Amino acid sequence: MKPAPFDYYRAKNIEHACQLLAEHGEDAKILAGGQSLIAAMNYRLARPSVLIDISNIENPNEVRDEDDGIRIKATTTQAFAEKNPDLRRRLPVLAAAIENIAHFQIRNKGTVGGSIVNADPASELPAMSLLLDAELEIKSTSQTRTIPAEELFITYMTTTLEPDEVLASILFKAPPADSGWGLHEVARRAGDFALVGSAAILALDEQGKCTYARVVLFGVAATPVRAPEVEETLVGAVCSEELIASAAASVTAIIDPESDVHVTEAYRARTAQVLTARALQDAWNMATGAA
Amino acid sequence: MPDKKKITLVVNGDSYDKEIEQRTLLSDFLRHELALTGTHVGCEHGICGSCTVLMDGLPVRSCLTFALQAEGRVIETVESLAADGELDSLQNAFWENQGLQCGFCTPGILMSMKAFLKDNPQPSREEIRDALSGNLCRCTGYHDIVDSVVAAAAAAVAAK
Repeated sequence: MKPAPFDYYRAKNIEHACQLLAEHGEDAKILAGGQSLIAAMNYRLARPSVLIDISNIENPNEVRDEDDGIRIKATTTQAFAEKNPDLRRRLPVLAAAIENIAHFQIRNKGTVGGSIVNADPASELPAMSLLLDAELEIKSTSQTRTIPAEELFITYMTTTLEPDEVLASILFKAPPADSGWGLHEVARRAGDFALVGSAAILALDEQGKCTYARVVLFGVAATPVRAPEVEETLVGAVCSEELIASAAASVTAIIDPESDVHVTEAYRARTAQVLTARALQDAWNMATGAA
Repeated sequence: MPDKKKITLVVNGDSYDKEIEQRTLLSDFLRHELALTGTHVGCEHGICGSCTVLMDGLPVRSCLTFALQAEGRVIETVESLAADGELDSLQNAFWENQGLQCGFCTPGILMSMKAFLKDNPQPSREEIRDALSGNLCRCTGYHDIVDSVVAAAAAAVAAK
């Protein structure tokens, strides 16, 4: 239960972290909050020979209110982000999702960027990056590029980041004005990883017709998954309980749940439908002002 | 084996300069290098909460923190609570309300609750239970722990 030996380097800023990564090559790993990485190292599931610590860079915590949404520096702790008043006002679904991450002791160190690039398919922030059309600013010594979150996730704990790249910031885009949202997850105990989770955003016109829909599930496949089938059923139609139920039923087309020590594949598939219906119902109620 | 590295930090009000093995966890640094064995190591992967300490006033898992990450930081452990051989008010509330049995989880619970009560001085029982969810106790049903936190909050209000 002790990590294997490694060489530790403390980066002064993200650019310095990129330089250190370029110097040390593929055996080097970025250490941010360490709330998943250090646990994996204690178990020796991970044995990087070099760690580049970005948790002590200058001004690690930054949340900026921008025209399109909220930009969060990747090294920002989850606890810092969840308390930001602009984030809470413009992206309440994101604040609610962060509050569901583990426990406050973990969120005091765990970072927003670290959780996204860790790409655990059962965790909240990767799912939120899809739900809120996040743009990821990625840096290396040779370039800075921006990709949509949907181009990040490949499979369990695996992303399209190159070995020399570091996630620098995330722009979570604000959903349409007057939209409603819902977020439901099932876990064995408070703070555990979700067995299944579903999040939805809906916007309606004055006739109650759905003008915008986003549905993302987590814990039901090798990555978080968006549910375009559900969204297409809703957009253009007048919302009703029946419509929500039939739309939610179509999540089975996009999920690929597995059985594990906690629950069966069938449980996950059924729960994904139920939680999606609940998330849509909440979003609908909020959008119509009934909530 | 990689070389040792230097670390400077403040623990319970005292400054330390140490040279340590780079892979040293903060929990092991406190226990082995500083002989502060009040910080307990339970699961060593962030689940049980026994090793919780304050870093710059915020509760964190010392088993999920490398000591080198605490460079320049201020750490407080359970040993910082009692002064001159007297329990502090939170510890006293646990003593009076049977808030512990074997006591293994208690240091982590105390440090978590220290920070929680600072943020939320008059919590409901529901909020206390939620705040305790990151600390596992395998002896009790948590009932007396919740009672202890309620009593500590009441004592703090009465003392004002």
